[in-house]
Amino acid sequence: MAATDDRTDTLAMADEPLLRTVELTKHFHLGGLFSKQALHAVDGANIVIREKEILALVGESGSGKSTVARLLAMVYRPTSGQILFRGRSVHELRSRKDLLWYRRQVPMVFQDPYSSINPVFRVSHPVLRNLQLHRPELDKAGRNAEVERLFELVGLTPAREMLDKFPYEMSGGQRQRVGFAAALAVEPRLILADEPVSMLDVSIRAGILNLMIDLRDRLGVSMLYITHDIASARYVADRIMVMYAGHVVETGPAEAVLANPKHFYTQLLLAAVPDPRERTSFTTSASIGEPPKVVDPTPGCRFRTRCQSAVEECSRVTPVLRPMAPGHAAACHVATPDAGVQASGA
Amino acid sequence: MASPLLEVRGLCVDYVTETVDVRAVDNADLTLERGEFLAIVGESGCGKSTLLFAISRLLSVPAEISAGSVMFHGENLVALGEDQLRALRWRDYSVVMQSAMNALNPTLSIAAQFRDAMRAHSSMSDAEIRARSAEVLRLVGIDEVHLASFPHQLSGGMRQRAMIAMALLFTPDLVIMDEPTSALDVVGQRSLMTQIKDLQERLGFAVIFVTHDMSLVSHYSDRLVVMYAGQLVEVATTESLFADPLHPYSKGLLDAFPSIRGPRRVLTGIPGSPPDLAHPPAGCRFAPRCPVVMEACTTERPELVAVGASQVRCLLYPAVPAAAV
Repeated sequence: MAATDDRTDTLAMADEPLLRTVELTKHFHLGGLFSKQALHAVDGANIVIREKEILALVGESGSGKSTVARLLAMVYRPTSGQILFRGRSVHELRSRKDLLWYRRQVPMVFQDPYSSINPVFRVSHPVLRNLQLHRPELDKAGRNAEVERLFELVGLTPAREMLDKFPYEMSGGQRQRVGFAAALAVEPRLILADEPVSMLDVSIRAGILNLMIDLRDRLGVSMLYITHDIASARYVADRIMVMYAGHVVETGPAEAVLANPKHFYTQLLLAAVPDPRERTSFTTSASIGEPPKVVDPTPGCRFRTRCQSAVEECSRVTPVLRPMAPGHAAACHVATPDAGVQASGA
Repeated sequence: MASPLLEVRGLCVDYVTETVDVRAVDNADLTLERGEFLAIVGESGCGKSTLLFAISRLLSVPAEISAGSVMFHGENLVALGEDQLRALRWRDYSVVMQSAMNALNPTLSIAAQFRDAMRAHSSMSDAEIRARSAEVLRLVGIDEVHLASFPHQLSGGMRQRAMIAMALLFTPDLVIMDEPTSALDVVGQRSLMTQIKDLQERLGFAVIFVTHDMSLVSHYSDRLVVMYAGQLVEVATTESLFADPLHPYSKGLLDAFPSIRGPRRVLTGIPGSPPDLAHPPAGCRFAPRCPVVMEACTTERPELVAVGASQVRCLLYPAVPAAAV
């Protein structure tokens, strides 16, 4: 896999990234009509996804990572902040034509391959629908040829036989490949993949992860890979972004974050990965507690209640991302940057 | 040596349909000692959950046990009627289901659900029931105020822990768990596993734990059973299975998950899918996906044979008749 090793090149050409968010925030209103309570699902996220790059967004259930995907897919409207796609603010897209243009560039692949495909149609149907909607230049014969090519591309072979199957005739892994074929039908620039392997058996996850790497390398498509499994994030992603309770707490090149995790939450995520080749270091006490539901938060680090190294400042001041190493930042008052890295500014 | 807690011999389960009978579990032999942690691993559809339901006598139509015995507490569970089973259920063995969200009743509080189980299986007084409910909830690390909570008010991890608390109401000798962690994320899975192991060591019950993720049980189980297409293909201590897997399928499962340490390796997983059990392959059932398949594999059916302390179903190993598992 040659392109995987060219990560530094990908990082170097960073003028205007493919997609960029500025202080992206989503609050959900809670309670009755007169309630002022708000659940802070995502607070001030600055996300950058470059061309031909897989960015992994890692966090526990409830950390806000799926909300980010839905914001980027324009399912939710952000409470504040901006999404810039190739330098253009997506909130200015008003006409159906413009919205289709954006949705065509940024399709989504869903978590559950069992409920995301309509069971009464053949599996070629979702792909054909996308072709019909987004690629009007193709006639019927053209669409049929294209769906066959896409099935081959995602490893559903022999494509001719696969096209006429119904979803119930396919395994979970095969259905997820149909999901990717449908996303690729629109010639996307960025695929939002929300936990695409978490419902699949461990034995077939590797196949889907390899497919994602392959699509990036061969087609140059970028991906946002959302997962709670930091080990699989390391496997596919160029960069990793860790979210906790609506805040981005650490971001950096995948190998750097894995080798040298700065935030204590990232360290907890890493300790939780089962590795039969190592003795376990994980104790119940280290994991007690769950991510808080962030309703009307006061300033401070949201991880402090589970953090063993919390200091007084953590309950007063919300930490912001500070540079820790080249391209690597963490939002923690206690973490120390590597030697030679300026400690000021984010 | 004292007799084992559970002894499964020649257990077969068929799904009976109009056209064809599908054998979902084929001739399974298992032995479980008191206080042992046994994990059953395999892909979806390999029959691992069906085997669990057969052991706990929870199968429903169209699945039926067509042969074999399950000896537990000196009785053959397969031959017992519903009334006799009711005397054993919850008290002597209990089952933790995969999806706590669906297994708990959304319209009843946790206390009411605990009370149901205790009323049906004992003659405890209300005060005793309340005390015991609070006790088991504390055991799994949930504050007893949550007795009054409804399932939707608890997080996924807490719901699973509440299910486990319920399974421990009568401190049974055997707790059967069907992927209790699969709805949780990595941190939740790990803390639940640690907690199950801790409870098991304190209370001394035996566990049969079904999962598709072999790495999950690596630090917790004593022995592992690998199932493929309805058959046990390898039985070994957890240590030896991870250090030296014998069956090509076990090797494939071990190579399927990415590591966070060491250099990044390309994963192959196990290409292909399991066979259709209505028409299983003539020879070894894994032959169509096996990376080291030989000519004999397509015609000859391998038996479970002993290799050292382990057992494996593969023609790579010379056929010495298998001793009892």
